[in-house]
Amino acid sequence: MYNEKVMEVFKNPKNVGEIENPDGIGTVGNAACGDIMQISLKIENDVIVDAKFKTFGCAAAIATSSTATEMIKGKTIDEALKITNKIVVEKLGGLPAQKLHCSVLAEEAIQKAIEDYKSKQKGA
Amino acid sequence: MLNKPIYFDHAATTPLDKKVLEKMLPYFTENFGNANSQHVFGRNAVKGVDEARDSIAKIIGAKPGEIYFTSGGTEADNWALRGVAHAFKDKGRKIIISPIEHAAMISTAKALEKEGFIIEYMKVDGEGFVDLDHLKSIVDDDTILVACMMANNEVGTIEPIKEIAKIAHEKGALAFSDAVQAAGVLKIDVKDLGVDLMSMSSHKIYGPKGVGLLYIKTGVRIESIITGGHQERTKRGGTTNVPGVIGFAEAFRIADENLEENAKYVSSLRDRFIKRVLAEVPFVKLNGPVDGAKRLPANADFSFKYIEGESILFSLDLAGIAVSSGSACSSGSLEPSHVLLALGLPDELAHGSIRFSFGKHNTVEEVDYCVEEIKTAVDRLRKMSPLFKAEGEINYV
Ligand SMILES: Cc1ncc(COP(=O)(O)O)c(C=O)c1O
Ligand code: FES
Repeated sequence: MYNEKVMEVFKNPKNVGEIENPDGIGTVGNAACGDIMQISLKIENDVIVDAKFKTFGCAAAIATSSTATEMIKGKTIDEALKITNKIVVEKLGGLPAQKLHCSVLAEEAIQKAIEDYKSKQKGA
Repeated sequence: MLNKPIYFDHAATTPLDKKVLEKMLPYFTENFGNANSQHVFGRNAVKGVDEARDSIAKIIGAKPGEIYFTSGGTEADNWALRGVAHAFKDKGRKIIISPIEHAAMISTAKALEKEGFIIEYMKVDGEGFVDLDHLKSIVDDDTILVACMMANNEVGTIEPIKEIAKIAHEKGALAFSDAVQAAGVLKIDVKDLGVDLMSMSSHKIYGPKGVGLLYIKTGVRIESIITGGHQERTKRGGTTNVPGVIGFAEAFRIADENLEENAKYVSSLRDRFIKRVLAEVPFVKLNGPVDGAKRLPANADFSFKYIEGESILFSLDLAGIAVSSGSACSSGSLEPSHVLLALGLPDELAHGSIRFSFGKHNTVEEVDYCVEEIKTAVDRLRKMSPLFKAEGEINYV
C-alpha cells in the first residue's frame, strides 16, 4: 500500500527525538485516534535551525514527521508555515487516501510548535 | 538459513496444500462440467461434489443434505443471519450476537438493525469469553437467533458453544456459530454442540479461497439470500464452484486426519513464542486467554505499549516477517480493534496490537528469529514515541 519512498523514510527516519529546551514545541492528536505527534524546534532569529519529532502512529505518520521536519529545517518560520501536508505528501511520492490525515498531523504539529515559539517571544 | 519472508498470518489465510491442488486440477480441465448438467460432464462434476459433501458431513457429524456450499465464510455468515432473521421476522425481532464477531457478522447485524431488528450484544470478559449468566438474562421469547463464533480470529478465544446453544434453545431461539477459525483446527461435532447453523471456510485450512459452507440442520427454516437456479437444493443459486468444493473437502480431510498432531505442533510454537515475548519484551500484554487449552493453538496476540500496531507490522515486514495488526488504522478506518475494545483494553493498547498466527510449515527457528526482530522493532519505535517518554522510560532497561 505504501510506495518505496515512504517505506524507505519509515525505515530510516531523520530527526527522531526531542530538542532540549526547545524554542517551540507542539503536540497534536490523541491515543484514542491512534496518532500523537510531537514536534520540537530550535529557532534563531525566526529561522528554524533544528527540528525533531516523536510520533505514536502508523508508518505514514512516522514518514511524514521525518520528511516535514527535514523540509522546515533552515527555513524561516513564515516559510515553514507555508509547507502544507500536500507538499510533504508530494515529496513522499504520495500516500494512500486513508492515510492523508496522518500527514495533516505533521502540518498541525509544526503550526502548533511555531505558535508556541511566537507566544514565548511575546512573553519574553 | 531462514527462508524469508516468514509467514505468521495463517488466521488471515493459508497456502494451498499441494495435495489439495492435485485433487482440484482435473476439475478445471477434464471434469469441467456444470454440476447442473445432465450429461456425462455434469454427472462427473456432481459425483465430485457429492463425494466432497459426504466427506465434510462425516467429519462434522452432519448429514450430507445439511451442508450448503457458499462462496466463503462471509457469505455463510450473511446467509445465516439474514436468512434466519427474514424467515422468523413474525416470531420475533431480537438477535443476540457476541461483540467480538468477525466483520461479516457485525456489519450484517448492523444492516439488519436498520431493517428494524433489535441487535443485542453478549458480554465478554477480559479474555474474550462469553458471560453465560448475562446471556441467560438477555435471551427472551422475542429472541430468534443467538450467534457466537466458535473461536475468535483475533485473540483466539474458544467459546463455550454447547452451553450457548443450550441457553438459546431454552427460550426457543436458534443457535448459530461462525466456525471459520475452528473448522479443521478443533474437533467439531455439530450434533454434540447442538447448533442449528454453522459457517466454515476453506482457505483457513490450506484449501482454496472463495469457498465455504453453511451447515443448516434439517428442519431449520431459512430464507435464501442468493436466489437463482436450483443449486444446493434450491437454497443457494449459482453454478457450483466445483474445483473449489473438491479442494475444500480435501483440505478438510487432511486437516481432520492430522488434527491432533497439528494442534500439538503449532501450539508448541505458540507457547514458546508467547513465553519468550512475555519474558524478553517489556511493556507487553498478551491479549486473549492465558490458558493455552482455551485458545486457538496457532494464535498469539500482543499489545505493545506506547507504539501503534501498523508501524510494528511494517517494521516486521521490513525484517521479512508477515503478521497482521488488529489496529484498524491499517485497514483505513481509524477505529482500534472492536475485539480488543470489547475485551476492555484502553484505546492506546487496542491500537498497538499485533496478531501472530502460526502454521504447519513454520519452524522454531522462525519463531526465535521473530522474537529477536520484535525486540529490535519495538525498541526502535518506542524511541520515536512521545508516549514512551511520558510513562515508561524510568523502568525501561
Ligand atoms: C471468524 C471469521 N469469520 C468469517 C471470515 C470470513 O471468511 P471468508 O474469508 O471465507 O469470507 C473470517 C476470515 O476472514 C473469519 O476469521
Ligand atoms: S496513525 Fe493511524 S492511520 Fe496514520
